[in-house]
Amino acid sequence: MAAAAVPTTNGSATRRARWTYSDRILSRPGAYVDEEDGFVPGEAPITSVENARILVIGAGGLGCEILKNLALSGFKKIDVIDMDTIDVSNLNRQFLFREKDVGQPKATVAANFVMKRVPGCTITPYVGKIQDKDQDYYLQFNIVVCGLDSIEARRWINATLVDLVDMENPDSLKPLIDGGTEGFKGQSRVIFPTMTSCIECQLDMHAPRAAVPLCTLASIPRQPQHCIEWAHIIKWEEERKDVTLDTDDPEHITWLYKKALARAQEYNISGVTYSMTQGVVKNIIPAIASTNAIIAASCCNEAYKIATTCAPCIGMPGQNNYMLYTGDTSVYTYTFEHQKKDDCPVCGNLPKDLVVNPTSTLGDLVESFAERPESQLKKPNLRSEGKSLYYSSPASLMAQTKGNLVKPLNELLSDGEEIAVTDPAFSTVFKYRVHFS
Amino acid sequence: MEVQVPPPLQDIPTAKEKKYDRQLRLWGASGQKALEETHVLLINNGSGVTGVETLKNLVLPGVGQFTILDSHVVSEADLGVNFFLEEESLGQFRAEETVRCLCELNPGVQGFALTEPLETFIDKDDVLKPYNLILVSAPLDSAILARIQLYANALQIPTFYFRSTGFYSSFSVLLPTAFPIVDTHPDPTSTTDLRLLKPWPTLSEFVREKTKGLGTESMNQHDKSHIPYVCLLLHYLEQWRDKNGGKNPETYKEKSAFRELVREGDANEENFDEACANVLKALNPPTISSTVRNIFAAPEIDELTTSSPSFWLIANAIRQFYNTHNELPLPGAVPDMKAQSADYIELQNIYKKKARQDCAEVVETVRQLEKQTDRPKEHEISEKEIENFCKGAAHISLVRGRPLQIVEAGKPITFGDRAKAMAMELTNPESLIGLYICFLAWDEYIATRSTPSNENGDNGLKIPGSTDKDYKTDETKLIDMAHIIVDNLLKEANTSIDEPESSEIKAQIAKQCKELVRAGGGELHNLASLTGGMISQEVIKVVTRQYVPVDNTCLFDGIASRTYVLRI
Repeated sequence: MAAAAVPTTNGSATRRARWTYSDRILSRPGAYVDEEDGFVPGEAPITSVENARILVIGAGGLGCEILKNLALSGFKKIDVIDMDTIDVSNLNRQFLFREKDVGQPKATVAANFVMKRVPGCTITPYVGKIQDKDQDYYLQFNIVVCGLDSIEARRWINATLVDLVDMENPDSLKPLIDGGTEGFKGQSRVIFPTMTSCIECQLDMHAPRAAVPLCTLASIPRQPQHCIEWAHIIKWEEERKDVTLDTDDPEHITWLYKKALARAQEYNISGVTYSMTQGVVKNIIPAIASTNAIIAASCCNEAYKIATTCAPCIGMPGQNNYMLYTGDTSVYTYTFEHQKKDDCPVCGNLPKDLVVNPTSTLGDLVESFAERPESQLKKPNLRSEGKSLYYSSPASLMAQTKGNLVKPLNELLSDGEEIAVTDPAFSTVFKYRVHFS
Repeated sequence: MEVQVPPPLQDIPTAKEKKYDRQLRLWGASGQKALEETHVLLINNGSGVTGVETLKNLVLPGVGQFTILDSHVVSEADLGVNFFLEEESLGQFRAEETVRCLCELNPGVQGFALTEPLETFIDKDDVLKPYNLILVSAPLDSAILARIQLYANALQIPTFYFRSTGFYSSFSVLLPTAFPIVDTHPDPTSTTDLRLLKPWPTLSEFVREKTKGLGTESMNQHDKSHIPYVCLLLHYLEQWRDKNGGKNPETYKEKSAFRELVREGDANEENFDEACANVLKALNPPTISSTVRNIFAAPEIDELTTSSPSFWLIANAIRQFYNTHNELPLPGAVPDMKAQSADYIELQNIYKKKARQDCAEVVETVRQLEKQTDRPKEHEISEKEIENFCKGAAHISLVRGRPLQIVEAGKPITFGDRAKAMAMELTNPESLIGLYICFLAWDEYIATRSTPSNENGDNGLKIPGSTDKDYKTDETKLIDMAHIIVDNLLKEANTSIDEPESSEIKAQIAKQCKELVRAGGGELHNLASLTGGMISQEVIKVVTRQYVPVDNTCLFDGIASRTYVLRI
């Protein structure tokens, strides 16, 4: 391998000197790949990474790291989407933001900072929701990297990328790389839509926290959190119905805190604090710079390997596609293959089996969709093969169908019947086959 | 009109608390204080990105001070891999430029740059004294690394040594020989301790009152459905013992039968569901973990002196408690369960009261030990610390720090008392011992092929694969060196590995050596950032004395995307 093998794709040789370390990897053969895998050391992989169009979803804790990492991996055409503005509590980890940036859109500030630091890299920000964009928009990219804190957004982009796949057009398959963190723990995963296990297949890995029953909040609180939820869900509605609760407004949090504290004192419950009030109401997940760094870098490492083929990535069919990271006690990773599910509502074609008590009501079933780890649908609309069972919107359909909610399931359905469930948050139809227990 | 209770003023978060909110939820005010009292020294060598990325993750959460020692001048290659440099940094000292860019991240943190060559810096006396944590990045002269280890050991300064090149990285932690942790943050589901097999009189009395009439018409369904599951389990345990010669359900089969008994009490109520779900967990006899057992058997617990760390005095007192009662002090927390508010609070208070009694007994023993060891009054252990220890007694941890394995030219690489264990790692397909051996060979290559530093600022270090001219021959050399280390390890452990396994292990090591040489000592930004993330997590664990740090070497394989921890 001669030095001359290192190309000067972007102008002068000194320009290329900047990429000494990455070029060394890309211009020398790898021990785990060969030309049969499509890796030809030299100019080709360098051009691949420079020309790849990569979309980053989220410019928060993970997103800031991801943008930095991609720019320093040699990616030059990056887009970033984020609808949020910068809050002071972001500054302990979102290192592209300063105190003067508080209130500015994250996507724009992050893009500008990285472009200034890494000349030659173009980052196009979009301040808004992923749902604003159509299929043509997502078709432009080669790889999508997600650093999100919402399961709902992950499911939406996952379903969109699965939908995009056109068997006639190999470019329509966009590898999806997803990261997530909580405290000292996190995960990164690689998905080849329709080919390998998708986010919907893996939904039960993110079981929702069990909701506290309303009757506990209303009449038998036992924990400080119950008092806070009571103030949040019940008391606010009763006393300030006309004001939309803004969880970022200190006056609103203080109001809830005082109400919760008074209730806690009434029941001799200790432990309600302002910080806990904020945590419960905003569903705050602890987040630190180090864990974000680990997970974001793992995602970008996979993106680099996918774009350059210089080493095997995780996520190929039949291979490991998921890394769980735990840093609480020593360091432990579990890297494994999450299996694709034939009854996945997004990427499978079989209906999911659903065992129900035939004498329970349709209302019970509707409620259970929010809690079941494998469904997590908050506003489900249900249709059986023959008829509409329940629609929460529009109002006319709701009026027609809400009478069904109190009826037992065996009056509405037969054992083994298929039902279709939709939810306004997703474009997918979730198919279930009902079995009576 | 409801009475409005004004919140106490100190409860409204300060500006600092707002900024650090997401981390204070993890390590609390005490952890934050420890972090803010820390001064980290980074001795930065090589391409130097991993160390700077580590510091980024410490500056952001508010480490007190940091210093970077680095005599390199910023090159073009630095700009392509290090985010904390700018175009204008070219030709400037890398230490000064990275300190400047890092300080922008947090106005509350102080950063200092030292541009003196490492060789002269380390020659001076007491030069490491101002720091309470040291980070050292490879490659460096192994004699200097040995010197750093010597000083760090003497001063009891936790020290990290790490290498990151291409798709691979490793870091090792040098900790004091006794590094105890009380606040280990165990998984909340593992901490419930309800003592159902040994209820005390107040608890039994409460249970009798709450289950009076259970199973008869005299109790209405509403009351029945609000009996806390703790009371249900204790109630049915008594029934079980009456029918089973006074014995508790012990085997899995007996516990399943016991669960049926509880289920017969009511088929649908939520509190009965909770009781059934908790049968297996809650009926385990109280045993102490092997970690706690080891701490109880540690020499330090018996060799108490005037200046013993408080940990050992409290541990001794807890051991006395355990020997007397055959159980640890009660933690006192009660998980949430279906119940009337007042009943739940009363139950909570019963547990809290018992926990306080247990703790009081431990406090008394601690005070006696303080007296026996002539502990000065100003070092009296606070009751809060003892209480905290009692609450987490089942989950305390102790890491025994071991020296870094330093490869020095002309000295054989040995594993000492770890040789047998490490030889066994070789045949474990999950283990990354092979990669660790490649890194040892990498260190050995540098130690044996480098020339002394000269006045031109050339540190003389020769890295495998750093020139295209020697790249292929370096590959062969490194593979040979790694294979010799394997052979010597097996010899030292007095064992052998049969074919074809032996050849497979060596073939795997050869591939990993090739990848190391491919990178030529250069870092990939992603690997540097990931490794920096792991190291900073460990630094936070070490300085806050919370969670449990790595003991003592962690490897990351960026091709397979996994880590492995070895005790070297």
